[in-house]
Amino acid sequence: MNRSLLFLTVLVIATCGLVYELIAGTLASYLIGDSVTQFSTAIGVYLSALGLGAYLSRFIERAVARRFVEIELAVAFVGGISAPLLFLCFSFTGGFRVALYLVVIAIGTLVGLEIPLLLRILKDLVRFKDLVSQVLTFDYAGALVASLLFPLILVPKLGLVRTSLLFGLVNGAVGLWSTWLLRPALGEVQRLRLKAVGVCALLFVGFVMGERLTWFYEDQLYADDVVMAKSSPYQRIVVTRGRRGFSLFLNGHLQFASVDEYRYHEALVHPAMVYAPSHRHVLILGGGDGLAAREVLRYPDVETITLVDLDDAVTTLGTTWDELAEQNGHSLTNRKLKIVNTDAMQFLAEGDGKYDVVVVDFPDPNNFSLGKLYTTRFYRLLKRRLAPGGTVVIQSTSPLFARQTYWCVVQTLEAAGFWTRPYHALVPSFGEWGYVLAAPEPRSRVHPLPPGLRFLDDETLEGMTKFPPDMSRVPAEVNRLNNQVLVHYFEEEWRKWD
Amino acid sequence: MGLTGGLTRRELVAAFLGAAVANASCRKERPRAQVPGALVDRAVETGHRLRPGSGTAPLPRAKEIQNVEVLIAGGGVAGLSAAWRLRGAGVKDLLLLELDEALGGTARSGKNAVSAFPWGAHYLPAPLQDRGPAAKLLHEMGAITGTRDDGTPEIAEQLLVCEPDERLFYRGAWYPGLYLRAGASADDLAQLHRFERRMVALSALRDGRGRKVFAVPLEEGSDDAEWTALDRISMAEWLEREGFTSPRLRWYVDYACRDDYGAPAERISAWAGLWYFCARRDGEKENAGFLTWPEGNGRLVRQLSSSLLPKQHRTNVLVHTLEPKDGGWLAHAWDAQKKAPLGFFARQVVFAGPRFVAGYVVAPWRTARPGFLDAFVYGPWAVANVTLNQLPLGRGYPICWDNVFYESRSLGYVVATHQREVATDVGPTVLTWYYPLDGADVRAERQRLLQADYNAWEALVMADLRAAHPGVDDLVTRIEVMRWGHAMIRPVPGFVWGGARTKAQASIGGSLHFAHSDLGGLALFEEANWHGVRAAEQVLAALGRSVSSWLG
Ligand SMILES: Cc1cc2nc3c(=O)[nH]c(=O)nc-3n(C[C@H](O)[C@H](O)[C@H](O)COP(=O)(O)OP(=O)(O)OC[C@H]3O[C@@H](n4cnc5c(N)ncnc54)[C@H](O)[C@@H]3O)c2cc1C
Repeated sequence: MNRSLLFLTVLVIATCGLVYELIAGTLASYLIGDSVTQFSTAIGVYLSALGLGAYLSRFIERAVARRFVEIELAVAFVGGISAPLLFLCFSFTGGFRVALYLVVIAIGTLVGLEIPLLLRILKDLVRFKDLVSQVLTFDYAGALVASLLFPLILVPKLGLVRTSLLFGLVNGAVGLWSTWLLRPALGEVQRLRLKAVGVCALLFVGFVMGERLTWFYEDQLYADDVVMAKSSPYQRIVVTRGRRGFSLFLNGHLQFASVDEYRYHEALVHPAMVYAPSHRHVLILGGGDGLAAREVLRYPDVETITLVDLDDAVTTLGTTWDELAEQNGHSLTNRKLKIVNTDAMQFLAEGDGKYDVVVVDFPDPNNFSLGKLYTTRFYRLLKRRLAPGGTVVIQSTSPLFARQTYWCVVQTLEAAGFWTRPYHALVPSFGEWGYVLAAPEPRSRVHPLPPGLRFLDDETLEGMTKFPPDMSRVPAEVNRLNNQVLVHYFEEEWRKWD
Repeated sequence: MGLTGGLTRRELVAAFLGAAVANASCRKERPRAQVPGALVDRAVETGHRLRPGSGTAPLPRAKEIQNVEVLIAGGGVAGLSAAWRLRGAGVKDLLLLELDEALGGTARSGKNAVSAFPWGAHYLPAPLQDRGPAAKLLHEMGAITGTRDDGTPEIAEQLLVCEPDERLFYRGAWYPGLYLRAGASADDLAQLHRFERRMVALSALRDGRGRKVFAVPLEEGSDDAEWTALDRISMAEWLEREGFTSPRLRWYVDYACRDDYGAPAERISAWAGLWYFCARRDGEKENAGFLTWPEGNGRLVRQLSSSLLPKQHRTNVLVHTLEPKDGGWLAHAWDAQKKAPLGFFARQVVFAGPRFVAGYVVAPWRTARPGFLDAFVYGPWAVANVTLNQLPLGRGYPICWDNVFYESRSLGYVVATHQREVATDVGPTVLTWYYPLDGADVRAERQRLLQADYNAWEALVMADLRAAHPGVDDLVTRIEVMRWGHAMIRPVPGFVWGGARTKAQASIGGSLHFAHSDLGGLALFEEANWHGVRAAEQVLAALGRSVSSWLG
């Protein structure tokens, strides 16, 4: 038996063990949020599971080498699939925390079993003093390797899922290799090798095929890590997390970034609220994340908010995912707010309730379906649903990146008989962003801004209507159902930037 | 398995839709369960009822005769337009009889849990001018909302075909528009440009009396020999003569003729072909676009019918004999539901069925058949309404209102849910698939239409869709097929200006008047509507009511 080679296994085991632990911790903080608590809880659980494993090792009396290899294969398997498994649990089931701790405990216990068993295998070959010092040296060296590799190379290059599969694979390979190293102590090895090959093959397939799965694809598509992805009948919903917080994407288009969404939403909501003579009954079209509703709720005299969002997957996310619910101030569960999951155009055409303020917060017009929501027809339907004095605001893409698109929205509103007050604000995640305040007749400001805003004050509010020359008005056609010029403008203009 | 006339599935598809569809589609076909569905027409049955000596006993006659001031036989657009005009003049003693179970004729529509859908006509081009009966009807519906800068009527936005309107499938991908630009050579594009400029010029032409050469309805246009001479050659000959040789342009013109008239350019008169491209514009001035609804022109049928009281119309009633009597007409009819004869005496009658039926029904014509009847040629069509639980996926340009396959003999499909006021394209839908049997021998084509049973049409529809939409097999939940034996008048060379049409418009005895789109020579809403109103005004004149005309 080659001793130094055996110590190499210690290095690998230690590295893999720590990598799994880091993956679990990172995942927990990505997915549940609140990184410090999550990270330390996950690691605490892991450490105690290691202890549990060490304790359990005493109950293994016979065929120690064989058990050791088997445990190593089990670690390879559980550790290898841990990240994909946890992601899937998070996206498709409600029991993410339970799954997380089960996985952490399983890996910790198995890794905890390994070192004592290895010590027992080696104790007849090496003097005790050397044994302890060498095993611990390799153990700590492994930990160092892992802690350097993990943030610097693995996560940025491979992402969490592939890192976990890769280390499972390495772990499995070492398991297979140790059937040769420990050959004399093992007895019959054929079946053991078969198991090892099976585990490796499985993880290898996962690693290679995985690239084809949307998950991995997305993991690489987004700059930050994908912490959740869901497909609803209407769209693909993806949440990513980076150093500066989390972001929500719908069909690959950024909806908001938690760091600076306050700028976007304050600029979206407050001008309409302070220009509308009354804002007792508010309608929000789109905006299922609840962030616009949060701003609306700053006015105590708001009596009802009707939030119309097509996709209940989005509104559910805003209600049940703690971190988003916290970000939106639990607006979606406020008793003043009613969620209606339906098509906004249908909602306007078929209902008859009237509203004082309407906040129109749709995704950009990047396809013909969305384009319908920016047509004269849509704005006429909208006008029918305004109470006397009613005021609306429309998010209208970027007047800088998509200048003609932006002014086309203004032009279309005017063609539908609206007075308009175009304005813009800087939202770092988006760039220069445009909105249009509109009403059936001219409005002027009647209410003060509510306290507690981070971005808007009176001066900013006034300044937003100034358009520097590179964003100033350009001629555009009116967007109608039967020409959808807006979609064409949008596509042309964004193509230059992508 | 033999499907029709002992053909295999592949042979059937190749015979009806062409080799390209057969290759693309039968290769991809896996064993699959047949889509449930049915033939919904009663084409064979009705034909037998009408033609004596075709095996069935002559229909019995009622003993009891009801009196009615005005009787209208036929509840298609022409008959309904006549009724609408008469109601507009306050006529109350009026009865419209329709042999089918629903009103509308070839503009009928259906409805299922997913959507309403057309069984035939599905759009109306916006009028170029704000006058005439069609514009009046649109005003009544609130569809005309004003006047555009160029003086043409403005149409309520939601009634015009929504963008994206048309796309073309060619070799694996969808492209925008109905002219195949992808891969077109410089010469192709130059010819297209020349053709378009030519149509703009022709559309602005006026004759010596200041009439537009190509007008809607064509009755309002020029009948000067200089232009009507174009009726004697085919559209294909005209293209040839003018040096339009580009295969893509020819495909485009051919498609237009097949789509509007049910036959390719070589079997359609050049005058009719040019009319299609020139009637809806006046030089640079264009109409506002196409009006359409989920139920197609069924919406217009509903508007026309709304003028009638329930007791003023009956369905499932076939008028089989019209006999002159005491300055009026005795009408013998058959109630197909009650299986009972009905008899009426009417002072005035509008026969609003097609000429080939008039030849059997108008009793004096049975013995002295007028020669002009034989000039009327009708092409058969099949229409399938296909229900899917999801819009089909395809490569390239997104799904449109009108979706056409470049390499298929079908005309592709129209999406019934396209005009819904919703902004999502998720969920179930109904596609209306059109297939004109466009061969020269219309009798043989009718046989081909009727021999093909549900199995055959199902196989054809699915093969056609599968070629462009892999995976569509899993989406289709039901197919219903309507076979129109005499779907529409075919403006073959020499017909529109050959004289038969004008002769056939003449009333008999000042009391039997005729209305139908075939009298205009082009199967279009505006023609049916115009002739219906024209016949109704003849009735009003005969009844001695002075009214101002809706025609001008
Ligand atoms: C597949 C298809 C697609 C079309 N698409 C379009 C389109 O998109 N746009 C367009 O403008 N036009 C279209 N058309 C043309 C359409 O035919 C005309 O627009 C118009 O509806 C014709 O009306 P009509 O009254 O002249 O004739 P029909 O529709 O033929 O109506 C005649 C009616 O009379 C009834 N009838 C006949 N004989 C008797 C009798 N003896 N007793 C009682 N009732 C009788 C028939 O059952 C029928 O209902 C299409 C036609 C077809 C077949």
